Amino acid sequence: MEDNKSYFGEIGHGIKTLATGMKVTLKEYVKDYWTNKSTEQYPENRKTTLHVSKRHRGRLVFKRDRDGSYKCTACTLCEKACPNGTIKITAHMAEDPETGKKKKVLDDYQYDLGDCMFCQLCTNACNFDAIEFTNDFENATFSRDSLVLHLDKEVYKGGSLPNILEGGAEWQVGKFNTKKK
Amino acid sequence: MFDFSQVTTWFHELLTQTLGLGEFLAILIECVLVGSVILGAYSVIAMILIFMERKVCAYFQCRIGPVRVGPWGLMQVLADVLKMLIKEIFFVDKADKLLYIVAPFLVIIGSVGAFAFLPWNRGAQILDFNVGVFLLTAISSIGVVGIFLAGWGSNNKYSVVSAMRAAVQMISYEMSLCLCLITAVILTGTMQVSGIVESQVGPWGWLIVQGHVPALIAFIVFLIAGNAEANRGPFDMAEAESELTAGHHTEYSGMGFGFFYLAEFLNLFIIAGIAATVFLGGWAPIQIGVDAFDEVMQYIPGIVWFMGKAFLLVWLLMWIKWTFPRLRIDQILKLEWKYLMPLALINLVLMTVVVAFGLYIK
Repeated sequence: MEDNKSYFGEIGHGIKTLATGMKVTLKEYVKDYWTNKSTEQYPENRKTTLHVSKRHRGRLVFKRDRDGSYKCTACTLCEKACPNGTIKITAHMAEDPETGKKKKVLDDYQYDLGDCMFCQLCTNACNFDAIEFTNDFENATFSRDSLVLHLDKEVYKGGSLPNILEGGAEWQVGKFNTKKK
Repeated sequence: MFDFSQVTTWFHELLTQTLGLGEFLAILIECVLVGSVILGAYSVIAMILIFMERKVCAYFQCRIGPVRVGPWGLMQVLADVLKMLIKEIFFVDKADKLLYIVAPFLVIIGSVGAFAFLPWNRGAQILDFNVGVFLLTAISSIGVVGIFLAGWGSNNKYSVVSAMRAAVQMISYEMSLCLCLITAVILTGTMQVSGIVESQVGPWGWLIVQGHVPALIAFIVFLIAGNAEANRGPFDMAEAESELTAGHHTEYSGMGFGFFYLAEFLNLFIIAGIAATVFLGGWAPIQIGVDAFDEVMQYIPGIVWFMGKAFLLVWLLMWIKWTFPRLRIDQILKLEWKYLMPLALINLVLMTVVVAFGLYIK
C-alpha cells in the first residue's frame, strides 16, 4: 500500500492487486493439477531425467591433461585464498636434473570436502588453471575422514551418474518428473 | 429433506422407555455419546484438512506435495500424527508450569466449543441456544486467552511478543467478525443457529441472495476477518517461520504443539462452516423456484450440502493463504481498524435500512 494514495484509492488498489494475485495462482492451480510440476523426484530420476547445471559447485577436482598430468605448481595461492583452511598443500624444492634449476614439487594436495563452503575463491585465485569445481554433487559418505581428499593422487574420471559432467539430461521446466531407470 | 431429529428422538425414547432409564441418566449417556462423536469428527476433519492443505498448497505452487507415504501420500498425515503422539513433552526452565500445561487445552476448548455449534443437518445441531451466535463468538474467544497464556507461560521473550501480536490481531478482528454476524442476525431476526439456517430454506433463500448487497459485503468481510481470526493466510504474523520460529508455541513439543496445530486448522474449518451456515444456508440445498430441480436437490442429504459449502470456503481461504505474502503487524491492524471495521459498521446500518424498508428479496 503506497502512502500517496487516498483512503478510497488504497481500497481500489488493494482489491486490484488481490485480484491479480488470485488470478495468477488459480491459473497455476488449474494448469498444474496433473502436470507442470517444478519438483524433481530426485532419487527416482537420478539416472534418467536429472539435470545439474555445469556450473554447479559440487566438489573441487584437478584439471588433467590427456596424459593424466596436472598443472598445479604448488604455489599455494588457493590455500591462501581459502577462507576456511580447506586446502593444505605440502611441497618441497627439488633440482631439475636436466636444467639444474630449482623447482617446487607438489607432495600432497589435501582438500577437505567437509570444511569446504564452495565459494570458488580458490579456483579464481589459481593462476595456472589447475583446479575447477565439478557438478558431481553426490558426496555423502559415512565418515568425515573419507571427505579428506588428495586431489593430486586421485584421477577423477567423472561422476557416479550418467553424463553428469555435461549437466545430465536436458533441462525441462514443468514436467512431472518421476521417470525411473 | 431428512430430519435428523427423528434419530435423536428415537434414541432418547430407546433409552427412556425401552430401557427404562431415568431422564438424567439418559441425557448423561447422550452427552457422552455426542461428545465422543464431536471429538472424533474434530480429529478426522483435522486430518483431512492437514492433508488438503498440503496438497492444495502444492498445486498452487507447482509442487507435488506428499507422495512417498502410502498411495498419493495419503498415509502421510497418519504418520505425522503418530510421530507427534510419541514425542516427549518437556518444559522450559522456570516456565510457569501450570499455565504452560493449561494453555493448549484452553485453545482446544475454544475451538471444540465453536465446532459444536455447526449445524450438520436438519435437526443435527449439537448446541442450539436461542442466543447461539452470541455464545458462539463468546466461546471462540477463549482461544485468545490460551494463546496469550502459552506465550506468557513459556518463559521466552519471543513467545510473549508473538503471543501479544496474536492476541491483538484476534481481539481486533473479532470486532468485524461479530459485526458481520449481527448483520445476518438483523436479516433473519433470530440468534439461534438452527433458526438462521431454517430461514434460508426455500427458493433463493440463502442470506447472501436474500440480503443482496449488505449480505455480500458482510460475507466478504467475514471471510477476511475470519481468516485473520484463525491466524492464517496473509495474517499469520504469529507464526512467521524463520523470524519468530512459530511464535507463541515455540516452546511446545509433542501433543502440546499438536493441540495448537489442531486448533489452528479446525478454526479454519469453523470459520468456513460458520460462513457457510450464516451466509450460504448451512444444510439448506440450492433451490431456484423450479419444482423439478428443487425436488432433485432435496434428495441430497443436508450434511453433504453443509460439508460441500464448508470445504469450498476452506479451499477459497487456502487459495488466499497461498497467494498473498504475509502482512506486517501495523498493516494488519490498519486493515482492521481503518477499513474493515468502519465498513462493517456502515454495512450494519445499511442492512438495518434494507430490513426496515423491506428491500430484501423474499
